Amino acid sequence: MQRFIRSRVQVFSTLVVLHGFAAGAALKGEEAVDYTRDIQPILADHCFECHGQDPSSREAELRLDQRTVAVAELNGDPAIVPGNAEKSGLIQRIESPDPDLQMPPPGHGHPLTEAERGLLRRWIEEGAEYRDHWAFVPPVKAGCPNGVHPIDFFVKRQLATTDLVPSPRADRATLLRRLSLDLVGLPPTPEQLDAFLADNSPDAYEKQVEGLLQSPQYGERWARWWLDAARYSDSDGYEKDLPRKQWPWRDWVIEALNDDLPYDRFVIEQLAGDLVPDAAQAEHVATGFLRNGMVNEEGAVIAEEFRMEGLIDRMDCLGKAVLGLTIACAQCHDHKYDPITTREYYQLMAYINNDYEAVSRVYGPGHQKTIESIEKDITAKESAIKQAAPDWEDKLATWIESQQKNLTQTKWHAATPTSAEVPDGICHPELLPDNSVLNLGFRPTSTRLTVLLESDQPNITGLRLCGLKHGDLIFGGPGRSYVGNFAISEIRVEGCSRDSDTYERIEVSSATADAASKNRLIDPYLRRNQEDSRMVGGADYLIDGLWETAWTPDRGPHFHNEPCEAVLQFKEAIQHDAGTKFRIVMEFRHGGNDAHGRKNNFIGRFRFDVTGQESPSAAAVTGDVRQALEKPAADRTADDNRKLLVTWALNDERTKSLANSIHKQWNRWPEGDSVLHLATRDGDDVRDTRILERGSWQSPGSEVQAGVPESLHPLSSDRQPPNRLTLARWLTDRESPTTARVAVNRIWQAYFGTGLVETTDDFGVRSALPSHPEMLDWLAVEFMQPSIPTGKQSEPWSLKHLHRVIVTSDTYQQSAVAAPEAVEIDPQNRLLARGPRFRVDAEMIRDIALAASGLLKDTVGGPSVFPPVPDGLFSLSFTAVDFWDTAKDDERYRRSLYVFRRRSMPDPVLASFDAPSGDAACVRRTYSNTPLAALTSLNATIFTEAAQAMALRLLSKASFNDRDRLIYGYRLCTSRKPIGEEVDALSDLLEATRARLAAGELTAAEIAFNSLTNPADLPPTASPNEAAAWTIVCRVLLNLDATLSKG
Amino acid sequence: MKSPIPHSPAASPVSRRWFLEQCGVGVGSLALGALAARDNAAYGATTNEHPLAVQPPHYAPRAKRVIYLFQAGAPSHLDLYDYKAELADWSGKKPPAELLEGYRAAFIKPDSALLGPKYEFSRHGESGIEISNLLPYTASIVDKLCIVRSVSTTAVNHAPAQILMNTGTQIFGRPSFGAWSLYGLGSEATDLPGYVVLSSANGTSGGASNWGSGFLPTRFGGVPLRSSGDPILYLSNPKGVDARTQRASLDTLKRLNEQELARMGDPQIQARINAYELAYRMQTSGPELVDLTGESESTLKMYGLDPQQPKPGYAKNCLLARRLIERGVRFVQLFHEAWDHHGGLKAGLARRCGETDQASAALVTDLERRGLLEDTIVIWGGEFGRTPMVQGGGADGRDHHNRAFTMWFAGGGVKSGHVHGETDPFGFNVVRDEVPVADLHATLLHLLGMDHKKLTFRSSGLDMRLTGVQGELVPGIIA
Repeated sequence: MQRFIRSRVQVFSTLVVLHGFAAGAALKGEEAVDYTRDIQPILADHCFECHGQDPSSREAELRLDQRTVAVAELNGDPAIVPGNAEKSGLIQRIESPDPDLQMPPPGHGHPLTEAERGLLRRWIEEGAEYRDHWAFVPPVKAGCPNGVHPIDFFVKRQLATTDLVPSPRADRATLLRRLSLDLVGLPPTPEQLDAFLADNSPDAYEKQVEGLLQSPQYGERWARWWLDAARYSDSDGYEKDLPRKQWPWRDWVIEALNDDLPYDRFVIEQLAGDLVPDAAQAEHVATGFLRNGMVNEEGAVIAEEFRMEGLIDRMDCLGKAVLGLTIACAQCHDHKYDPITTREYYQLMAYINNDYEAVSRVYGPGHQKTIESIEKDITAKESAIKQAAPDWEDKLATWIESQQKNLTQTKWHAATPTSAEVPDGICHPELLPDNSVLNLGFRPTSTRLTVLLESDQPNITGLRLCGLKHGDLIFGGPGRSYVGNFAISEIRVEGCSRDSDTYERIEVSSATADAASKNRLIDPYLRRNQEDSRMVGGADYLIDGLWETAWTPDRGPHFHNEPCEAVLQFKEAIQHDAGTKFRIVMEFRHGGNDAHGRKNNFIGRFRFDVTGQESPSAAAVTGDVRQALEKPAADRTADDNRKLLVTWALNDERTKSLANSIHKQWNRWPEGDSVLHLATRDGDDVRDTRILERGSWQSPGSEVQAGVPESLHPLSSDRQPPNRLTLARWLTDRESPTTARVAVNRIWQAYFGTGLVETTDDFGVRSALPSHPEMLDWLAVEFMQPSIPTGKQSEPWSLKHLHRVIVTSDTYQQSAVAAPEAVEIDPQNRLLARGPRFRVDAEMIRDIALAASGLLKDTVGGPSVFPPVPDGLFSLSFTAVDFWDTAKDDERYRRSLYVFRRRSMPDPVLASFDAPSGDAACVRRTYSNTPLAALTSLNATIFTEAAQAMALRLLSKASFNDRDRLIYGYRLCTSRKPIGEEVDALSDLLEATRARLAAGELTAAEIAFNSLTNPADLPPTASPNEAAAWTIVCRVLLNLDATLSKG
Repeated sequence: MKSPIPHSPAASPVSRRWFLEQCGVGVGSLALGALAARDNAAYGATTNEHPLAVQPPHYAPRAKRVIYLFQAGAPSHLDLYDYKAELADWSGKKPPAELLEGYRAAFIKPDSALLGPKYEFSRHGESGIEISNLLPYTASIVDKLCIVRSVSTTAVNHAPAQILMNTGTQIFGRPSFGAWSLYGLGSEATDLPGYVVLSSANGTSGGASNWGSGFLPTRFGGVPLRSSGDPILYLSNPKGVDARTQRASLDTLKRLNEQELARMGDPQIQARINAYELAYRMQTSGPELVDLTGESESTLKMYGLDPQQPKPGYAKNCLLARRLIERGVRFVQLFHEAWDHHGGLKAGLARRCGETDQASAALVTDLERRGLLEDTIVIWGGEFGRTPMVQGGGADGRDHHNRAFTMWFAGGGVKSGHVHGETDPFGFNVVRDEVPVADLHATLLHLLGMDHKKLTFRSSGLDMRLTGVQGELVPGIIA
């Protein structure tokens, strides 16, 4: 014990040091009062609420957060008279026994302690100096001597003022396990351990560090670190909590980390990847970061209410994950503690308030290969078309001209919608200023949409329904089905004079559309039962009087998401001098069996136009071609030109079959996967940002322009556009006082259990002071500008560099053995006189079991997998969980990163070990140690299967005896070899279990096998009884504290 | 007693210990351990103490435990507890325009026609309180109830409103009332969870966040008690592992973990050893809890259960709630998601009252009989009320309504045979003694001996509370 403790009589001074970074109160007699350490926490906790920067709650016009105001005369003595405590109003008030005068007012929060009053008094006596809040001053590197690892320098320097001394290096096996869990989230294999133990080269450890950093599992382990902050989930949340495909974003994170994408780029691409030059699919996917929040599609919701709620959540996420500032409370009033006003909150929000809630297709490598082959074939056929018709250029030009003429021949006039409703208001269609109607919120699977329209046109011969795209719709719409399309079962038109209310049926003589599916049975996933014979197809179905048939403009892959139109020609023209009112009733009866919206076939955005021309009909060309025709030639994209060429070619006998075969290729287009991401609103959709009174979405107040808070660093140039890219660049500016500190701190927390700043989510004036302020700043600057050689080329903001710096310190490599006195003095190990030891994260607990048992399937990336869940769990779910396709094969043994996360029904295994729910950003998990967690690792299916598999793994070592197997098994779980008593304990259990099995008291098959395994899997030399006995032993091994902990 | 010390993560246990000793704040060493363990958020329980060790309240409590009968989906106050004769007269007519100013319903147009009460009401008990004829059993205990007809909320959709009613805000990710209670008071049950959730009818709109721990340490969250299979998840040993093998396994585990403790000196290991022992005890106490064979036939009948075969459901959950409370569990919450009567109101209410009326009343009676009611608060209510306006064509549905609805309370510290608050003749607006959700929470915490302004947890730089920045006590319901 002497090694750790110099003398016990000095404990008091140690505590003072410890206390120095806790709430200020203790000082040795001769030490000067420090504003940051001693005074600001008191003022922040007790005074700023009423005497801080929020004018709405400020009392007596007094601010104690600004020295100039605090020392000024306000009705009598100034609150603070520097150098004279007696004359200071503040001291008089805090020491007053009169409840009417006393501050803080009795009953208001927590009273000041004697020690706190003493500190305030001394501070004023010493001159009442203020200092800027440390976290708002950019970090600078403090000097540290050459030849010493800076981390060790800072740690030892502080330890020198205490009774603690650093611990020796941990033994190699322990060290490799710690390193492996930290860098890749998995324990080392016995083979890796042996190799390391046998490696006598001086850089043996560094080689392990590099090997682990280069492993693809590094990205998986640290992706989870980021996913917590990003509130990642595989479902939407709220009542419906429908599944979403957000894993492409997760894959992006894994890849970015494995590629060591510098942290500034990592943040910039996630906030504004779509706005960086040459943005490709990956950069768009990256912006899924802010879209990880919840989406509410409960019946009758107003989309805007929950969009605003989502935006507030995005601000919260940015504040916790990147900025390290809690800005959420400024949504209603100026921040009471930190210098952020409500206006500034909304100015910051303005950067992220002009986006579509986009969902787009994503093509993985397999899809991309298919697309390449399609493209290649189409390119060849285009050339063939041009060869087959050498005059193609002239012919195409003529064709384009005639088509353009056709398109303008019929004059259409938008009718003005005055109402759009579905029965019972289960959703609330929104009337947009451009006369279109947008459906967000709940997605009905069977409903009737009634639209009232008005038109001034004197003579109306027909009506055009335009299906329109919109950035808030899945894949841009125009519909809301899986593929972003829709089907209308029936449409009925009624009309009357604008001054009447007596609608009369208007006879429709024909219905035509620019695009339609071939007549076919409804998609299998929408069928209500085996006999379901509902059809989709051409526009005729709109007016055939049958709900069983529907028009869908969906022309199949590659054409799901085009604008489209259907034209209803009236039997007789409608003429009303006062103008015409229409009531259009659209039936949507082609959804599936689902009350919650997944299987809908609803329209997303549409507009109605009218015309007075004779015999109106739908355009002869489809929406995509129409858009190309409407553009000036110079603006046409390659795709536009291709569409024009192919469409023309269909009309020329020489090229028709070639054009048809191009369409066949398009029909092969992969459906792809999808991701939620951000896309900037433009044109008429640009959205302004308003201060919401009391934070309520229903009370928008004055408009604000995008801008950054005054108390933080300025924009590097004020000529930047007010968009997300500007915000992202500002956040990752080297001048940012918090960004690098926050990242470094949270990484430190992952290694040591507690951050250098304990309040990982908050670096504001109420945050905990750093335990090692100079080290935090040194690391933050080192992160931005690497200087210490690690044997690798290190880019600025390299996360791998930061990891190398930390894990190569002696501080990290210390033994975690803790003497009782050391625990007494520093239970949380904030002084770092020993190595970290704590229970690992939920995901690692499951992954360790999978790794030790040999079950782990280590493929990287891809969709989430559905783990087995106990019976009855789904009954706690409001929405029927009909999508839970429990992984039956080895997919269920993928790493925990890939376990499907459902917000309303957290995975019970991971939740038992404190995995966050994804409801909000989480930058600091709590660590519980409950009996429920113990029951989970003892009895949950995944752990039972792991114990069984581990038993077989041990038995498969044919040359091993019992002792070898026990040692091997113990090593698989803890990386170290068991010693005497430990082997005995396990042997005893093994023998006792064997005896009971032999006596027939236990049933081997029940213990040793599960629904996926059977005795046939046994190694040839093993019996079911042996498998069972070893299963019991392995179950214990998987539950050892040493297995569950990083030590 | 804990008020002098904020729950600040900035104060490490050691500094606090020093603080308490050096500054003479006057807290004994026993209490110190509790404070330290509780605030040690980063490490959970690292001491010998139970993770949910009992904590002293701020002041003498009126009640020690809560049973919250959450009627999810939102029952109609107009047809059950808040009779409006005038509404019957207005049935079929449009509501007066001034009533609807600034009003927002969820589904319907605000100016839909009014719909009179679907059921007759009668006066009951000495208090003569009017209750719907659909609730004969509740009517029989009306003198034990404090009926609050003036609750209001700000959310109009189910999930957000349930989250608001349970956590004080419609923003997800905050601790539930139950979690706050456990954080403040711990639990007397040593081998059962301290906050137990039971569910009948459908799953709830708000999902697991309704009983979540939010930013509080996860051990304070609610634990679902299951109606089939293991009553507590993973309570049973794996197939084939009998009690003796389990004991032998845990003994081995303990031996090994004690070795590890001796080697490493990390107190967390001791906490883990304790957790496994608690788990073992829970394996006995869990099945014992749900084994109703010791309950008398008359008790089972009182709850409306078939004595031969008590079926899972609301009634059984009410009985289990009593059994949980008897075993020292701090907070029991039943969810019965069943009341969302946009249509089929008349028959739907009859069915749901049939499922819940008898058992809710039996629970109150049973608690009283066993002397438990005086220090247990029973809460009955949903996430909002329903519109006096009709929804749907059949004159048989009501929409969501946030401005006024009814909840009732019984037991420790609340008035009995009392009605608090009043709505207008349409049951639409509160005209007297409005009780916003934050006031309700403040009052309930008060009854449990906690000052809602002092029950705080530092998260994101703020001393977070169940009541946010609001909450006033409602003296009118306190006995």
